[in-house]
Amino acid sequence: MRRMKRRYLALHIVGEQSINKSELMDTLWTALLQLYGEYGASQAGLKLIEFTSRNGYAIVRCWKDAVEVVRASIASITEIEAKPATIHVLRVSGTLKALRKKTRIARLETHAGECETRQ
Amino acid sequence: MKRFVDLHLSPPIQNLDRIQRMVNRSAELEYSLVGVPLPTGTAKDSIEKLRSVCATANMDFAKRIDLTPRTPHELLHLLRRVRRRFEVVSVTCNSKAVARQAAKDRRVDLLSFSATNLHRRFFDQAEAELASKALSGFEIDITPLLELTGFQRVHLISRLRREVGVASKFNVPLIISSGASKPDQLRSPRDCAALASLFDLDAQFSLDALSEIPSALVERNRRKLSPEYLAPSVHIVKRSNE
Repeated sequence: MRRMKRRYLALHIVGEQSINKSELMDTLWTALLQLYGEYGASQAGLKLIEFTSRNGYAIVRCWKDAVEVVRASIASITEIEAKPATIHVLRVSGTLKALRKKTRIARLETHAGECETRQ
Repeated sequence: MKRFVDLHLSPPIQNLDRIQRMVNRSAELEYSLVGVPLPTGTAKDSIEKLRSVCATANMDFAKRIDLTPRTPHELLHLLRRVRRRFEVVSVTCNSKAVARQAAKDRRVDLLSFSATNLHRRFFDQAEAELASKALSGFEIDITPLLELTGFQRVHLISRLRREVGVASKFNVPLIISSGASKPDQLRSPRDCAALASLFDLDAQFSLDALSEIPSALVERNRRKLSPEYLAPSVHIVKRSNE
């Protein structure tokens, strides 16, 4: 039997209020259900791996074949708990280790960019 | 590495703070060129301010105008007035006659249609054939897909799927833009490509619609607007007094 491959997505939640794990997952599932229905959502294999409410970073896992579906659903989110919010996919990777490494580099680059802009 | 372009960033021109936030957010999302629609009578210093805001964020800036004529005659009149002053000319077609005239006019770069009123979307086979001959592009904004809900979004996606099919059949250049007026409406190019999969656009094709196609359009128009340009493939290399 062919092994099903997974993909890990690093997310950045941009919004006015801080949210918790269940609110995040509710929002993700609602978006997925709205766009692709129950059949599509059942094929995504969406699971929360890590969440830091302090800075709004999260890692979710899904099946490799459903990356575009999950990504589109995440991009379609415009509010969390009736407050305006957006979720950006920072990186996608096949392993958690590589994802953490890539995301760390990406975050450092963003901060460096922000510092340059402020100067 | 791809050079991503968002040709339709539409913040209120007077609100420089919001423009700055949107340009910075676009830069964070890995865009390298943004097009901002300007009113016809925009003062030069406002344009320079916009340009400097973009330059601060390491972004290229393209001057764009959105025309919404009521008749084909008005469209021709507007094109005569504005074509030489803007790098991107987009026409929002609210009637079939305007849509046909815009599609066959080589001075029009982008054709766009109402996202909320589907009766005003005239992108059919005849339109695509004309657009293909005149090299006009078909622009799809992502923001309505985010803002609309329920049946309205269902109908829009269904219509876009049909139009994208027609556009690819006639080789009409497709351009995906954000159409954002607020920073919250901005999405990264790859997220836009994922959203484009909703109307059956292939991932590679949608990434081209966000990078190579709009980038080539701006380059082509900049070349045409430069004083060295004479005709297609003919440009001044050196003047006699140089």
